[in-house]
Amino acid sequence: MATPRKVRRLAPAPRTPEVVIPKLTPKRFYGEGIPGAEEEKLRGKLIVVEGADGSGRSTQIAQLVEWLEGSGHATVQVGLKRSDLVSEELDKAQEGNILSRTTLSLFYATDFADQVENIMLPALKAGFMVLADRYIYTLMARDLVRGMDEAWLKNLYGIALVPDAVFYLNITPEQLVQRNFAKNKALDYWESGMDLGLSRDMFDSFLKYQALMARQFTRLQATYGFDIVDADRSPEDVNADLRRKIESVLAGR
Amino acid sequence: MEFALSSPALRPNLPALKVMKTFAQLGFPGRLIAVEGLDGSGKSTQIYLLKRWLELRGLKVFFSEWNSSELVKAATSKGKKMTLLTPTTFSLIHATDFADRYERQLVPLLRAGYLVLCDRFFFTAFARDIVRTCPPEWVRGLYSFAAQPDMTFFFRADLEVSLNRILDGRPELKHFEAGMDMGFSTDIYESFRIFQGRMLEQYLAMSREFSFNVIDANETVETQQAIVRKLVADRIDLPSFAIRKA
Repeated sequence: MATPRKVRRLAPAPRTPEVVIPKLTPKRFYGEGIPGAEEEKLRGKLIVVEGADGSGRSTQIAQLVEWLEGSGHATVQVGLKRSDLVSEELDKAQEGNILSRTTLSLFYATDFADQVENIMLPALKAGFMVLADRYIYTLMARDLVRGMDEAWLKNLYGIALVPDAVFYLNITPEQLVQRNFAKNKALDYWESGMDLGLSRDMFDSFLKYQALMARQFTRLQATYGFDIVDADRSPEDVNADLRRKIESVLAGR
Repeated sequence: MEFALSSPALRPNLPALKVMKTFAQLGFPGRLIAVEGLDGSGKSTQIYLLKRWLELRGLKVFFSEWNSSELVKAATSKGKKMTLLTPTTFSLIHATDFADRYERQLVPLLRAGYLVLCDRFFFTAFARDIVRTCPPEWVRGLYSFAAQPDMTFFFRADLEVSLNRILDGRPELKHFEAGMDMGFSTDIYESFRIFQGRMLEQYLAMSREFSFNVIDANETVETQQAIVRKLVADRIDLPSFAIRKA
């Protein structure tokens, strides 16, 4: 009679925490790749969030990091112009706007390659979830808008890994303007494509440039098949979408 | 064997490389002359003497060195110091440097009708980056925005001769120059020898494909210069590059 009471008094066994062990799926590069990369050892997942400034990329990535770490996954973040090697020099060069197109393009590729080799590959090897705030698609779209050769760009970015998931946060240029003003009070020179001479009016140029970028992304989507996510919703709704898709990536689907 | 590597016809799985055109073929009024060769082959002396000759004849001449753009010098030396560079980033940063010089300096000068002399051109990158294990097609693709020199002189010296010239005069070798990051050898001099030997193989493999004018760099300075001047005079209409045309 006493026994069942005792059992009842025992604290309930802690529920086994549900940490999903990501399924190993083979990685590959878009082109020639990086010498000595050992793709077969890359256990982690590469998740890319693309979209214009103001589409909510950083908010989404911050929320994904919270969620992934809460679920027991180690994360690391990469993005454009974040390499130890050339990010400062790139910034400086852009301030002065002194670089020609091919040069700027190669400079960005150097920054990207440095992060691939020094951050992404080691992290993926160690089984981390790598979250990329923009990827080669933005770099390619920018150059395509500026009339650069697509075959040349594809060869250049043959050093990029094919991500496990790519989300493009889609939003109209008109909505982007509103979000940019809510955040910055001024439009960015490069995000407005002012170097292209589309219009001397910055507002006008911004709208035209973002529309051209969106068109290039649509073209690239046909080749690279990324997920277009409607970003004109609450951040929570967008995030719920991303999580659901990432869950299936982790499960190897 | 090396020809097979670079010949698109023999590599059916790869997209055919664009045939690079010279500046003359692209209708530029200027002409570009490049010198290539191993360190210690004497190419810099030869292009200097060529430059003096053309200048003294009153021609529009401009001299450009590999790796001389201010812009990425900072990044290169930083990377080299911290040995941050991998074959891929080493290749890209030099391509960036080349593009900067090409678009801001070489192309405008060639459009303005100059004789542009280059101490090294993209052949140096083709040879070096491939020795440094970068995929050949990728490297060539990086530089495909650029035209080919109208004339390229390759100074071919015996490996031992050029090695001795460098190793006698400048015993302090730099890390990347000696290919120390490639693990050829833990001895820096041995590593340099292996690296230069492989560079020579790559140069020789490109020689026919890019119609190099091969100069025997074991000859005297004067003999080589006489040949260079004669070839330049035969191939380029020098009087049309006079600073003041009659």
